[in-house]
Formats: sequence, structure tokens, C-alpha cells
Amino acid sequence: MKLQRKNRLRALSFGAIAVSGALALTACGSDNNSGGNGGGASASANASNIKCDNAKGQLLASGSTAQQNAIGQWSKDFMAACSGVQINYKGVGSGAGIQDFLQGNTAFAGSDSSLKPDEVAQSKKVCKGGKAIDLPMVGGPIAVIYNLDGVDNLTLDAPTLAKIFDSKIKKWNDPAIAKLNPKAKLPNLAIQAYHRTEDSGTTDNFTKYLKAAAPSDWKYSGGKAWQAQGGQSAKGSSGVAAGVKQTNGSIAYDELSYAKGLQMAQLDTGASKPVALTTDSASKAIADAKIVGADGDLSLELNYATKAEGAWPIVLVTYEIACDKGNKADTLPATKAFLKYISSDDAQAGLANQSYAPLPKEIATKVQSAIDGLS
Amino acid sequence: MEITKETAPPPPAVPAAAAHGRRGVTRPGDRIFSGLSRGSGILLLVLMAAIAVFLTVRAANAISQDHGNFLTTFEWDANTTPPVFGIAVLLYGTLVSSVIAMAIAVPIAVGIALFMTHYAPRRLGGPLAYVIDLLAAVPSIVYGLWGALFLVPHLQGLTSWLDQYLGWTVIFDQSNPGTAPRNLFTAGILLAIMILPIITNVSREVIRQVPAAHEEAALALGATRWETIRMSVLPFARSGIISASMLGLGRALGETMAVVTVLSSSDKLTAHILDPGGGTFAANIASHFGEATSLGRDALIASGLVLFVITLLVNGAARVIIARRKEYSGANA
Repeated sequence: MKLQRKNRLRALSFGAIAVSGALALTACGSDNNSGGNGGGASASANASNIKCDNAKGQLLASGSTAQQNAIGQWSKDFMAACSGVQINYKGVGSGAGIQDFLQGNTAFAGSDSSLKPDEVAQSKKVCKGGKAIDLPMVGGPIAVIYNLDGVDNLTLDAPTLAKIFDSKIKKWNDPAIAKLNPKAKLPNLAIQAYHRTEDSGTTDNFTKYLKAAAPSDWKYSGGKAWQAQGGQSAKGSSGVAAGVKQTNGSIAYDELSYAKGLQMAQLDTGASKPVALTTDSASKAIADAKIVGADGDLSLELNYATKAEGAWPIVLVTYEIACDKGNKADTLPATKAFLKYISSDDAQAGLANQSYAPLPKEIATKVQSAIDGLS
Repeated sequence: MEITKETAPPPPAVPAAAAHGRRGVTRPGDRIFSGLSRGSGILLLVLMAAIAVFLTVRAANAISQDHGNFLTTFEWDANTTPPVFGIAVLLYGTLVSSVIAMAIAVPIAVGIALFMTHYAPRRLGGPLAYVIDLLAAVPSIVYGLWGALFLVPHLQGLTSWLDQYLGWTVIFDQSNPGTAPRNLFTAGILLAIMILPIITNVSREVIRQVPAAHEEAALALGATRWETIRMSVLPFARSGIISASMLGLGRALGETMAVVTVLSSSDKLTAHILDPGGGTFAANIASHFGEATSLGRDALIASGLVLFVITLLVNGAARVIIARRKEYSGANA
């Protein structure tokens, strides 16, 4: 008995050490991801442009992990300028974030997809006299990463990608790939296509792209869960990147910030020459999007099949979700000031440092005026 | 423990009173303590009942809206309309990965326990026990990361070898040779490492309790050390080792993060354990919870209920086995 109790104590203390170690590690990790050592410089440059507008108190928000690094940097800058405000954004996933918001626990939510009609209906409970609206804020470029010894340049198109991820093309020296890459020496090696284990907005947008740009080769209905059979799955963006890194012959889709140190494929979209992914080429594709939200809502419909010159069509747009009317009185000034800041040109320009795509001017202007109208 | 110290100061007359049963004087301390312990017992039952009711209500809601067969459907698309989800793949994956884990962990754990109690010099036994405890203290996510970043790339050779020489057994056949081993087999190996400490520790305690007279009798008959272990130690300790294994199985069935990070999950049910694919209940819940709609969440809870029932069955089975074995060892002792 005594011995057991001692062991348990010992186990507990080791557990505590390990957990705190893990916490410290993850903290470092997210800092690294936010990349851009220009963060400090931009913070001081932006500080003068941040209008606090009587913002004070604690601002709770939660949701999409895809925009977590962007919000993290912005909150740091904003809190440095407006001392009375505490911003706490938890990356719990879009679904859980919307749930938190609809239960009235948070001031705004971050989401990879716009609200569904029944969620808008539910939002009337927390938004007294109004409803929740989607405000596009952060563009997330999705890269096609691969690991193939001896092949430094790889060009793919939508039908080929669809067939690879649907296990219809199984070898790297398949004629379809060879045709797009006449100069490359493609090995006779099995393709291992990685996708996300858990439901994710990245999967949703990638498969939406496949469906829009290669409808005859991608027959699945789409959604946040991966539907095709076969291939490999890994948990989280970092899990996918790690899987690709350790497997020769692998290919995957992943957010641009996780593609560092890995090879990225170019995309033959039908434009005059293949497009490489940069934050600029992703912004160009977002500029091609239509606003489909009505009544103050600014949800976008991306044109995944775009053939615009230099536009990389595989992007996701993450939204901030807040009430158009009936935001809680105590957090309204802070919510408004913070959202106004993050949609400003300065804040958006800083996004590229973190491998995000800034909103194109036209859409940003509409978002800014929508935020002005929040009450 | 502390409660007894505070509320029941040992009066000198108590042993005598206790020996005479109810006729003795009941002191307030006794009454408070018996009330407290009864309360704890009832609280536990209420808690279990509350969990069961919660799971059942939410599960019933989800299953009634399921457009597939909850028991035989392979897909898990609970967030789409119409929702189609079933537990076939999860049930299979949970059982297979746990069976692999048990097949690896139980012999090794019993071996370690015997080594520590019968073979190792005292100086080695202590540190070894300490290291085993250390294994139990590592959080499962760390096992998962180690598994995904170290174990998976290093198992590639073993899986290719198994595929090449034992592929004819179907079980070890890889339908796409050379795929990264993010499969049920790897998950099983990782689970085996994770359940090793608990099985080892309990087995060691049980083996220690084998009466010295048994072993001395065997030795006196001229048995070698191995024969002593086989004839007197293992039969006596068998029921304890089985219950230790069941404790380990319970952990393997419910293990979440390690499986999520190592297993390449999909809606595929296959006998080829070296093919990527499959899934387990706990891992499925962890990977779908973040983005689940309210029905999706209920569906996950329904799968949690199934895991709850399986764990109950496993524990029940273990109890039956132990009860039966007890008669044997009782007769022997």
C-alpha cells in the first residue's frame, strides 16, 4: 500500500514535469510557426495606427486553428498598443468555436467555413435583435507538398491531383504525370498520398478545389472529413508535414506555413504557364471570389476553377463571426476596435510574413465598413 | 486515509467492542466514518449511472437519425446530410490493435516480473522497477509523437520483411508494398509499450505473494529453477496475471492520442494489418470532435457508449476467469 502510494506520487510528479515541459515546447512551437522575425518590427510600426476606441476588458474568442497564428500576432500587437485589453483566442477548431459563440461564451468566433442557415437561426438567441455574420479575414494558401528524390520541379494539374489522391494513379512514372513533366526523371515508385486524419477546413477546401476543377475525376460530395479510400492519413498540419518529410514518394496538401523545407508542386491551372504558390498568387485567387452572403453577411464563394494568370486556386478563407447587432455591451468596443485593426491595411500587410494571404483590397474595404456598422 | 486519522481517534476499548460486534458502544467518529465511506460508495454508483444515462440519451438521439446501419456501416460521415455512420471499422480496429498489443505485452511483462522476482540480483531489481514506473509516467501524447516520428520510419524494414516472408499468411500481406507503416500493427506495438508497466507491476506483486513453502517444496523435490516457476509460481499467480492483463487491455482499448498520431485512419476494414487504414473508437472521437456538428457529437458519444460496453464486458470476463481460477489455487493452497 505504502509502496503503491509512493509510486503514484512519483508518477504524478513525473507527469507534471512532462506536461509542463510539453506546454513549454508547444509554446515555442507556435512562436516558431508564426515565423516572420519581422513581427517585432511590424508591431512597433503598427502601434501608432491602432485605434483603441475605449476598448478595455477581456476579449474571449475561439475557433479555427488555421488562423490562430495570425490572430496571435495581431493580439500581441493590439495588446501592446491598448493596455487595458486582454485578448484570448483559443484554437479549438471551427465547429467548437461556433458552438462557443452560439452559447454566448465568446465575443467572436473564428471559422474556416461560413455559417450554415441553422447556425444563423440559432445565433438570434445571443445576438439580441440581430444575427451572426461572417467577416472574411485571413486567407490561407494551401500548398501541394511532395517528397521525391531527384525531382526538384513538379507540375501537376487538377485531374492528375484528383487521380493521385483517389488512388487511381499509383506510381510516380505514370504517363499522366510524365506528360506534365517532360523534363523530370520520374522513378518507378509508389505514390503515398497523405491527407488529414481529423476533420479540417483544409481538407474541405482542397476537395472543393478538386471537385470544381476536375469534376469528372473527383466524385466525392466533399466536406471536412476525407472521403476517398486509400492513401495515408496523419493528424494535424504538422503531422502531415512530418509524414511527407519522412516518406520518399509522398505527396500531400498542407497549409503554406507548414510547407517550409519541403518541395512544393506547381499547378497547371490552364493559365499560360504553371503557377507556383506564394502569398501573392493566393491573394489573386481570393480576388476572383464572389461575395455570396446577403444582408450584411460577407461570406465568399471562391472560384476554385479560376484560370486567372498567376492565381493559385487552392486557398481557404477563414472568417471572424460576430453579431451584426446585439453584441454584448461590455465587449463591443474591444471587439470592434480589434476587428477594425485586423482588417486594416497595415495588419493585413503583415500576414504575408506568416505565410498567410492578405485580403484583396476590394474585399478588405467591404469588411472594414461592415465592422464599422457592428453594434 | 487522512479522514480516518482525523475522525476516528483510536480509543483503547474499541478492539474489544468491535470483537463483540453490535453490542459495543458506537461512537460518533464511527458513525461519521461509516457514513462517509457509504457516501463515497453511493457517489460512485450515482456517477456511473449518470454517465450511462448521458451516453444512452445522446446515443439514442444520434442512432435514430443515422441513415446507415450503426453496427455494420463502414463510413463515419456524421456531419453530412444525411448522416451516415457506423462502428464496424472502429470496433474491428480497436479489437485488433488491442489484441496485437496484448500478444506482445503479456509475455514480455510476465518475463520482466519473473526476472525481477526470481532471477535479478537485488541491486538490479530496484532500478528496474523504477524504470518501469517511469514508462507509466510518460504521457500518451509523447508516446504518440515518438511513435510517429521515430517508430514509424524505423519499422519500415520490419514490415517489408514481414510482407516478403510472411505475406502468404494474408495477415502480413501488404497490398501496396513499401507504404509507410502507419497501420494497426504499429499502433499495436506502441500500445504494447504503453500497457507494459501496468501488467508488469501487478504481475510482480502477485508473483511475490506466492508462498515460499510452495517454491521450497518444488526445490526440495529436485526441480530446477524453471521447473519451480512452472510448477509452483505460475499456477498460483495465474489469476493475478490474468487480471493484470485485463487492466492492460482496458487501457489499450481506450488509448487515444498515441493511436491518433500513429495510425493512418480510413473507412477501410481489412485483414491486412500492415496496410494503412482502420481506426479505433477513442481515436475516432478525438479526431472528429473539434469540427463536429451537434448531431456529429451525439454520434461520437454513441460510439463512446459502445466502448463503455466493451470495457464492461472485458472486466466482467476477467472477473469470471479469476473467480474460476481462485477455486483451483484455493484448493492448492
